[in-house]
Amino acid sequence: MAIVSTSLKRAAAVGLLTAFMSGGAMAQTLRVVQHGNLTILDPIWTTAYVTRNHGYLIYDTLFSADENYVTKPQMVDKWSVSQDKLTWSFTLRDGLEWHDGQPVTSEDCVASLKRWAARDAMGLKLWDFVKELKTVDAKTFEIVLKEPYGLVLESLGKPSSQVPFMMPKRIAETNPMEQIKSQIGSGPFIYKTDESKPGEKHVYIKNPKYKPRAEPASGLAGGKVVKVARVELVEMPDTQIQANALIAGEIDIVEAPPHDLLPILKAEKKIVLADWNPLGQQFIIRFNHVVKPFDNPKIRLAALYAINQEDYLKATVGDPAYYKVCAAVFICGTPFATDKGGEILLKSNFEKSKELLKEAGYDGTPVVVMQSTTLPILTNTAPVTKSLLERGGFKVDMQSMDWQTLVSRRTKKDPADKGGWNILHTFSVSADVLNPISTSYLVAAGDKGWFGWPTDPEMEKLRDAFAKETDPAKQKELAEKVQLRALETAQYGWIGQWYGPGAHRDNIKGWLKAPVPVFWNIEKTGS
Amino acid sequence: MLAFIARRLIATIPVLLFVAVFVFMLLRLTPGDPAAIIAGDNATADQVDAIRAKLGLDEPLLTQFMIWSGGVLSGDFGESFFFKKTVAELISQRIEPTLMLSLCTIILAVLIAVPVGVLAASRQGGWVDRIVMGFSVMGFSVPTFVIGYLLIYVFAILLGWLPVQGYRRISEGFGDFIIRLIMPSITLAVIYIALISRITRASVIETLGEDYIRTARAKGLPGRVVLLRHALRNAAVPIITVIGIGVALLIGGVVITESVYNIPGLGRLTVDAVLARDFPVIQIVIMMFSFTFVLINLVIDLAYSVLDPRIRY
Repeated sequence: MAIVSTSLKRAAAVGLLTAFMSGGAMAQTLRVVQHGNLTILDPIWTTAYVTRNHGYLIYDTLFSADENYVTKPQMVDKWSVSQDKLTWSFTLRDGLEWHDGQPVTSEDCVASLKRWAARDAMGLKLWDFVKELKTVDAKTFEIVLKEPYGLVLESLGKPSSQVPFMMPKRIAETNPMEQIKSQIGSGPFIYKTDESKPGEKHVYIKNPKYKPRAEPASGLAGGKVVKVARVELVEMPDTQIQANALIAGEIDIVEAPPHDLLPILKAEKKIVLADWNPLGQQFIIRFNHVVKPFDNPKIRLAALYAINQEDYLKATVGDPAYYKVCAAVFICGTPFATDKGGEILLKSNFEKSKELLKEAGYDGTPVVVMQSTTLPILTNTAPVTKSLLERGGFKVDMQSMDWQTLVSRRTKKDPADKGGWNILHTFSVSADVLNPISTSYLVAAGDKGWFGWPTDPEMEKLRDAFAKETDPAKQKELAEKVQLRALETAQYGWIGQWYGPGAHRDNIKGWLKAPVPVFWNIEKTGS
Repeated sequence: MLAFIARRLIATIPVLLFVAVFVFMLLRLTPGDPAAIIAGDNATADQVDAIRAKLGLDEPLLTQFMIWSGGVLSGDFGESFFFKKTVAELISQRIEPTLMLSLCTIILAVLIAVPVGVLAASRQGGWVDRIVMGFSVMGFSVPTFVIGYLLIYVFAILLGWLPVQGYRRISEGFGDFIIRLIMPSITLAVIYIALISRITRASVIETLGEDYIRTARAKGLPGRVVLLRHALRNAAVPIITVIGIGVALLIGGVVITESVYNIPGLGRLTVDAVLARDFPVIQIVIMMFSFTFVLINLVIDLAYSVLDPRIRY
């Protein structure tokens, strides 16, 4: 009897505590932990993925990529292109409204596109071809090109950072080099500035006036139907605490739990692992082309011969269920993927590496490999590189530092022994590397390119040709040539694809498959 | 007394000036560029340069220091590079969790450690004393984050009695507020309980050997009165000193505890700011911590004169 009484008291106490902790609106509030803290709220000003995710909550886009990466109209109702493929006309859907109640107009879209094009690599490329961007009436605007461009819709519907989000004209006219100060969009959620506390949480409520498209949601396209009253992006940097809080039911979704915690989460009955980003991510090894020894293409090629994808993937991800060896620079399974030439990245050939080093006259100067110790997914890439390059005949000086130091040091063009660098590793969301224009690592225009600053006029010619081409079959041929050229000059190495499932409570349904975690379509039942 | 307080407060000026220069230079000389972090991973070098210019980080160091110190002297603590909020606003948002955590920790530590220390002293050499000293050694030895993770595992995951993480302001309801502070306060208090109980024990044992204690006993006073009124009061100065040091050291402890329990206080703000190289925030927070440290020392000195009338300033 005493035992029963004690148990009842304990149950009552736990019930009381649970009631204590939970609010009445809990079932309608989706609590999400992202992969990093959201600090900057201007998705045009930064390329940070957390800021892009914030953008998808409160802004809408003219076009969006669906689950199969086909670009579909979103804010746009009708669009047309002239016979000569120079004039593109877009008409907005009826009833689009900003969060402050003002109608969305073509002037807003023109201003938004101009600001985006001043910052984004794909926007900059598109703007090389744009002769004029003008409004026709309140709902229609036109893009007039100097010559045909093959990626107009793909640019406007670019899925990942920096996304051409539409903003009210007065906000979009902010200098692209300064952050916007207001968070008014026309998207499915409204940002609650008064309730959001940076470093603690960011609060979004359902936009009651949002008019979703009639089509079912697919990827980032289709009807963005919001099924919860409120989304809270909870800032929680410690991944162990994220897992504990998810198990305890204090949060609903963890966007990217680390791979070592997946077995623990998988073992929990009330936790579901969700493959929300089926394309995953791609690891990159980047050479610094402007300092010795990687200013010599033969030495870069020797490095590519020494490495192999499997070793990186085993060391970083571990479980083969979450990685894929892939010879294609443009992500296996997507339209421009090809294996041609990529086989050198799949199997180490140390003899060939040594032979190339000898031909190139490599003098044994240590290669400085920067290792990030604070971004767990990248921490083990540098030791693998060190081991493989040493077996391939290189001398390697691996220098460990936090990620913030690394991103700062990678901007330096000094020789490696004077504060510069030779090799860094990073990763990219696959959606950012699906074609030669969106893949920033392929830019070979020296200072205008990504860190490492490769210069290769031939590569730029190929990228331009791809951009101008409107026939998909010819685009595919050009994409293949781009891949071969990147390998021939050893511009950089793509060292494997990996996947990081999200984790959510079992009362969460409808998490869409997309390259970006989006929170429309998600239902939450119970508490 | 007032002259003493004034003198001590004036003495903080050179301390703060030194801290300001030291922290400013240290931040600029350590690797890490906020502009590169702000720009994001896919940004080009040109974009990073443009942001650096916008933040004024391309100016000479002396110019940067003059602009910043001029602002601080006129009450403008600057704006966070990342949050687009003033540093004062950020600190005001984060100060409550840290203050409340510190307050709960110190209250908990003092309420447990002083009686336990006195008890151990009164039973010197006995099993109570040995147990207290054993726990004290353990409290010193186990790192704060280990205690935190163990408590979370037992009380939040296994038993489900307490929440894993987070903080609620008092204004959001006292129940929600206090329930989230139980584990963090215990976690942080363990080391202070160990420290204060040890010092209390040693100090009381020393006092119990004094002549006036023997006199009090000879007068026929009950043991409890002798212990609490005569021994403890005279042993208070070292105990107050160690509590004061403990309060000052809490600044370091809250950084870890706030991270383990995901409490959005000044500790987390400091960690986030350091990782992001958010210079304006780091500079002001560290100056604030320094000022707090100086103030706590002043309060301890003043407390001496209250507890021991022989001490005069």
